[in-house]
Amino acid sequence: MSMTQLPPGFKITRESNTEEFFVNMGPQHPSTHGALRLALRMDGETIIELVPHFGYIHRGMEKQAESMTYLQYIAMSDRQDYLTAIQNNLGVALALEKGMNIGVPERQEYIRVMLCELGRIASHLVFFGCFGGDLGGQTCLLFGFKEREMIHDILEEVTGSRLTTNFFRPGGSRFDVPENFIPRVKSFLDHMEDSMKDYERFLSKNIIVQERSIGIGILSKEDAIAYGCSGPVLRASGIDFDVRKNNPYSIYSQLEFDVPTARNGDCYDRYNVRIAEIHESMRILRQCVGKFPAEGPWRSKEKPVKLAAGRYYSEIETAKGLYGTYVVAAAGDKPYRIHTRGPSFPHIAALNKMVQGHTVSDLVTIMATLDPVIPEIDR
Amino acid sequence: MTERITTKQYIKRYLKRCITGPWSLMCGLSVTLKYFFNPKRIVTEQYPENRKTLKMHERYRGRLQMVEDADGNNHCTACGMCERACPNASINVQPTKNIAGKKVLGRYVYHFASCTQCGLCVEACPFGAIRMCQEFEVATTDSSTLEMILNKKEGQG
Amino acid sequence: MFVPSITNPIGDVVREWVPKLAEYLPVAIQSETLNSIVAFLVNAVICVIAVCAVNIGSAPILIYMERKVCAHVQCRLGPMRLGWHGTIQTIADVLKMLFKEVYNPGGVDKIMYYMAPLIVLIAPFMVAALIPFGPTLVVADVDMGIPLIIAVNGFGVLGILLGGWSSNNKYSLLGALRSGAQMISYEISFAMILLFVVMITGSTNLMDITQSQSGTVLDWMIFKVPVIGFIAFILFFISSTAEMNRAPFDIAEAEQELTGGYHTEYTGTPFAMFYLAEYIALVTNSALATTCFLGGFHAPCIGVAAVDTYLNMVPGVVWFFAKVYFMIWCYMMVRWTFVRPRVDQLMSFEWKFLLPVNLVMLVIGAIYVALF
Repeated sequence: MSMTQLPPGFKITRESNTEEFFVNMGPQHPSTHGALRLALRMDGETIIELVPHFGYIHRGMEKQAESMTYLQYIAMSDRQDYLTAIQNNLGVALALEKGMNIGVPERQEYIRVMLCELGRIASHLVFFGCFGGDLGGQTCLLFGFKEREMIHDILEEVTGSRLTTNFFRPGGSRFDVPENFIPRVKSFLDHMEDSMKDYERFLSKNIIVQERSIGIGILSKEDAIAYGCSGPVLRASGIDFDVRKNNPYSIYSQLEFDVPTARNGDCYDRYNVRIAEIHESMRILRQCVGKFPAEGPWRSKEKPVKLAAGRYYSEIETAKGLYGTYVVAAAGDKPYRIHTRGPSFPHIAALNKMVQGHTVSDLVTIMATLDPVIPEIDR
Repeated sequence: MTERITTKQYIKRYLKRCITGPWSLMCGLSVTLKYFFNPKRIVTEQYPENRKTLKMHERYRGRLQMVEDADGNNHCTACGMCERACPNASINVQPTKNIAGKKVLGRYVYHFASCTQCGLCVEACPFGAIRMCQEFEVATTDSSTLEMILNKKEGQG
Repeated sequence: MFVPSITNPIGDVVREWVPKLAEYLPVAIQSETLNSIVAFLVNAVICVIAVCAVNIGSAPILIYMERKVCAHVQCRLGPMRLGWHGTIQTIADVLKMLFKEVYNPGGVDKIMYYMAPLIVLIAPFMVAALIPFGPTLVVADVDMGIPLIIAVNGFGVLGILLGGWSSNNKYSLLGALRSGAQMISYEISFAMILLFVVMITGSTNLMDITQSQSGTVLDWMIFKVPVIGFIAFILFFISSTAEMNRAPFDIAEAEQELTGGYHTEYTGTPFAMFYLAEYIALVTNSALATTCFLGGFHAPCIGVAAVDTYLNMVPGVVWFFAKVYFMIWCYMMVRWTFVRPRVDQLMSFEWKFLLPVNLVMLVIGAIYVALF
C-alpha cells in the first residue's frame, strides 16, 4: 500500500519497505476512557504517529455559559471533569469571589480544603484503578473504586450528590458540613492508610507493572512545559510546580505538605507521583481534622452573585492539574464570557509525542497514566 | 527504548529480576488471597433486599417536591425565582389570580425528564417552598409521568 | 480382519455384550466383523458422550466459579440473583448466548470465519479423551499420550489465527498474530516440561505416569524429585497459562488494547464456542497438571495407615476432580491478580527465561534419573 497522501493530521514522512496501516482507536474503545478517537498510523504493532480527534461529546459549555447566571455555571463545572467536580466548583467560586470582592470565613476554608483533598484522593483512586485495569488487572479497578465509594458517601452526605456536587458558592458553600463529618473523615483516613498499604503491595512493586511502565511514554521536561502540561504529569517530568505551593489559594499556605516529583517522566513516575499525592492529601486531611474550627461562621454574609464588570482569573490545582477559570464579567448576574483552562486537553496534545515508537499496549498504559477525562477535553 | 549496558550489568540485572520478580508477584498474590479469604471485606450492597434499611442522606438531591403542610397548603408565592435559577428550564411556574386579585400560584409544572437535580431552585427560593426529596427510585415506563404538577392546591397567597 | 480396539473398561463391557445381543439376530447376518464394528461404534458414541459431558458440563460450573472467585477477590459478591447464590445465572447466560443472532460483518471469509470456532474446540476435546480420570476411567489409553497431547494442543492456535484473520478486522488480526507468536513459543516450554515428566517416569502413557505416582503424597511428581519437581510444576503452570491464552498471558484477547482480539467480531454461538474452548482448555490443562504432577486419581495418602484407609475409600475420580478444581482455582487466582505483560516482554520471557530454565531442568532431570 503506497500512500501518495496521508490522511489529515498525519505529518511524518518516512521511507519504509514495510506496509503501514491505520487503525481507529475509539470513539468506542475500552481504554480511551470515554468518547475519544485516536487515529493510529502503525507499522506492525509499532505506532508511528497518532492523531487525537476530540469533540464527540462537545456540549459548548463556554458558549452556554454566556446565557447562564454565574451560579448556573458552577453547576455546569461539575460536568467538565466529573472526577474532580468538587474542585472545579472551587475554581469557579474563587474566580467569582474575586469579582465580588469577598472572602470566606476560616471554617469555610477548611471545609473547602478538606473536600477538595477528598476529591483529589477519589480522582487518584480512579487513576489507580484504571491504570491497573488498563494493564489487564481487572481486580485493581475494583480496588480503586471501593475506597472511592467511601469518599463519595462522605461527599453525598455533605453536598447531596456523589459526583455532581455543585457545592461551593462565592462567599461560602451550599451548606455547612454535618456534625459527623470530621469523625467520618477520620475513620476514612484510618481505613485508607490500611488499604493503601495493600494496594501499593499489589501494584507498585509488581515486576510486570514495572516492566510495562518504566521507560514508557517519556515526556521530557522541555516538552512538558512546551505542551502546557500540569499536575502530576508535569511533576513526574521533574518540574516542581503545584499551584497549591506556587500560587497558594484558600489556606494551603498554612498547611504542611510536600509536592512529590519524579525525574524521568515515564509512566511509572506518573504513577508514583499520584500515589505519593494520595499520601500527601491524607497528610493535609489529617492536619485539617486537627485544626478544624469547631465554631464560627461557615459562610460570609449572603450577597447576590453579581460581579463588577472586569476580568477575573483564578487557578487551582485539581487532581488532574491546573484548572483555570477566566471570567469576563459584564455588569449583572451573567458573564460576558467564561473560559476554562482544563488540564486534560494539553495532556492529550502531548500524547503524540509520547507514544511514537511504542506499541498499542504502551499507548494504553500512557493513556492511563495521563488520566484524561474526555468531557473536560471536549467541554 | 533500548539502553546500552554491558554484558555484566545485563547478567546482574537478569539474576536480580529472577529473584525480585517472583517475590513481587507473590506479594500481589498475597493481597488477593487475603481478600479472597476474608468475606468481611465484601462491600456489595444487596439492593432490592435492603430497601427497608436503605436511607438516603438528608441532603440527597432527588426529585423536586413542594413543602406542604397536612392540608396541602404551600408557601409558594409564584415569584418565579426557581424558574429563573433553573439552568435547563425544568420548572414552569404558572401564576393565577385569586379572588382578591392577587398573583398566586396556579400550577407548578416540573419537567423531571430535563432536571439534572442540581438544587439551584431550592437554593433560590426565598420562602422555602420547595425541597429535594430523598426518593431515588425514579425510573418509569411512561414518559408522560415525568411531567408533573407539584402543588396539590392553588396558592393561597 | 477389521479389529478396532480402544482398550478401556467401558469398551470391554461393550465388546462383551455386543456378541451376546447379536445372537438374537438372524443367523445369516451374524458375523465377527459386524460385531466388532457395532462394538466399535457403540464404544465411540459412549466415549464421545462421556468426553462431551465432562467438558461441556464443566463449562457452566467453571464460568460460575470464575465469577465467584473474581468477585470475592474484588470484595464483591458476584452473581446472587438467579437461583441460590446465582447458581442458575450461567445457564441463563449460555441460553442468551445461544439464542443470539449469528451474523458476520461485511467482507469476512465466511467459511473460515465459521470454521475457526470449531477448530478451536477440537484441541481441548481431544486432550480430554487421553486423560485418565480414574484407575479404569480413560477413553483412549494410548502409549504415545504425551506426544499426542503436545501435537493436538498446537491445533488451537490454528483456529485462533483463522478466526482473527477471517474477521476482516485489524484488531482481530493483531490479536491473532499475537496469539500465533505466543502459543507457538510457549508450546516449546510446555512440551519441554512434559518431557521432563516423561524422563522421570520413563513412559509417555498417561496412565503409566499416574500409576508411577502411587503411594503417598511424597511420591507425587511435584515432591518426588525434591525442589526440581516443584519448579517444574511452576514452569508448567506458567506455560500452560500461556497455552490457554488466559490472563495474565491473554495478550491475544487483551480487552483493554484490542477490544477482544481474535473474537472481536464474533457473536452468539460462534463466540460461545470460543468461550467454551477457553474453559475446556482450562479443565484439560488442569487435568494434565493433576495427572503429571499431583498424582492423578491417587488419594493424598500421608503414610499413616489409619488415615490412608479412609482416604482410599473415596473413589479416585473424586480425588481427581478435587485436584483439578484446586488447579483451576489457582489459575483463577492468578488471572485475577496479575497484570498483562506486553507482547515483546512475553516473548523475551519465554525465550530468555523459560526456555533456558527448561533446558537446565531437563539436564537436572537426566542426572536425577541416572543417579537414582
